[in-house]
Amino acid sequence: MYKAIVIGTSHGGLEALKLILPRLEKDFPLPVIIVLHIGDHNNDVFIRLLNGLCSLHVKEAESNEPILPGHIYFAPPNYHLLIEDDLTFSLSTDEKLNYSRPSIDILFESAAWAYKRELIAVILSGANSDGANGMKTIKSFGGKTVIQNPCHAISPTMPRFALKIAKPEIRLNLEDIADKLIELAYSKGVDN
Amino acid sequence: MSVYNDSNADLLTIELNLLLEGIFLKYGYDFRNYSKAHIRRRVLSRLGLSGLETVSELQSKVLRDPDFFKDFLEDLSINVTEMFRDPEFYRSFRENIVPKLRTYTYFKVWHAGCATGEEVYSLAILLQEEGLLGRCQFYATDFNRKVLEIAKEGVYQKVDMELYERNYQLSGGKGKLSDYYNSMYGSVMLNKDLSSRVVFADHNLVTDGVFAEVNLVMCRNVLIYFDKTLQDKVLSLLSESLVPTGYLCLGTKESLKFSKVENQFNILDDKQKIFKKKLNV
Repeated sequence: MYKAIVIGTSHGGLEALKLILPRLEKDFPLPVIIVLHIGDHNNDVFIRLLNGLCSLHVKEAESNEPILPGHIYFAPPNYHLLIEDDLTFSLSTDEKLNYSRPSIDILFESAAWAYKRELIAVILSGANSDGANGMKTIKSFGGKTVIQNPCHAISPTMPRFALKIAKPEIRLNLEDIADKLIELAYSKGVDN
Repeated sequence: MSVYNDSNADLLTIELNLLLEGIFLKYGYDFRNYSKAHIRRRVLSRLGLSGLETVSELQSKVLRDPDFFKDFLEDLSINVTEMFRDPEFYRSFRENIVPKLRTYTYFKVWHAGCATGEEVYSLAILLQEEGLLGRCQFYATDFNRKVLEIAKEGVYQKVDMELYERNYQLSGGKGKLSDYYNSMYGSVMLNKDLSSRVVFADHNLVTDGVFAEVNLVMCRNVLIYFDKTLQDKVLSLLSESLVPTGYLCLGTKESLKFSKVENQFNILDDKQKIFKKKLNV
């Protein structure tokens, strides 16, 4: 059984998430944890927007907050988001990584240690290389790795780097990603 | 590359705990209740840089080589800061706290965890613009002596000034940030009168007690690195340091919610995390 989904994306990410997240229904069994690069602006506007579209509860991740199914969590702008082994969030104002804070690599690395093989990682449209190394770690720990097909992404750089560095198992067009996540979330075992 | 992966993650956890215990026993710095994900990330990165394979090897070096430990201490502390970081906070400070400070003839401010001092100078500039700096005794503390030296000097990189100027303007600054510093080559030096009321001192929030009784505590983006237990302990310390009706300013993603001291404070600005200690605590 998988225990969580982590998603990393930047340019073109909101458009992609608007197609994927509303497809997850109220009883979806996994928490979804997302880094979306949006610069220094606050998250309020698009969290409100997504809450209007989604059955799951969309919110900003808070320090020490327990990670629960039924929720979609976003990293706050200008903070790195990490997952502790006791499955709570912590935040950090550490240096930027890959010119990014929050950094997808930092979320993915910490998620790999916390969830090991019981983790699904997704990289969607984006304009830099953030997330590729983190995805590589998740894959080496036995987690399931998914990227949006770079040819069809608004910004292909991020999935392309992930493809090159992490060699993810699954490459899908945007419209097929939600179905795959639902299939994996309800699958019985973690296969290899 | 370190030897750690998913198959020996438990061993890594054991070794990290031993390392933190060893550092506490040998040097007195207590990182045992820091965020484990943060510590693991920093330790693994140091392993990669130092060419060591295991945390046990690193522990041996840390315990036997004080110079190596000094560098390692830098790895564990977070010193990323900026002038007028979160400009809306400073704007709220002007609106919500300054009017009250005006009624005092003398007051004390404690900036706990001041790192390299950018936010100390930011608050000093704000107080000067409001005509309050002369009435203020300002303490700025950190456990890291190296960053305190930088804070004392007040010399920063010129390349950062564009961002700081923008922050300053957004914060409701009354002039230009460049009024407060002199440029020299790639650096800028903050005017000395800004730090004339500031005492920079070595203080560890985790292992030391109450530093002074003050009217206002700034402690921003420090608590996020602590686990729940340590957050409660440090928040109690900060609360004890405040006079009744004193102000507590935390980072914008920090909160008193669910903490042991929650009922000792009223909320002045929920978004900018400004709290006021109740009269009868």
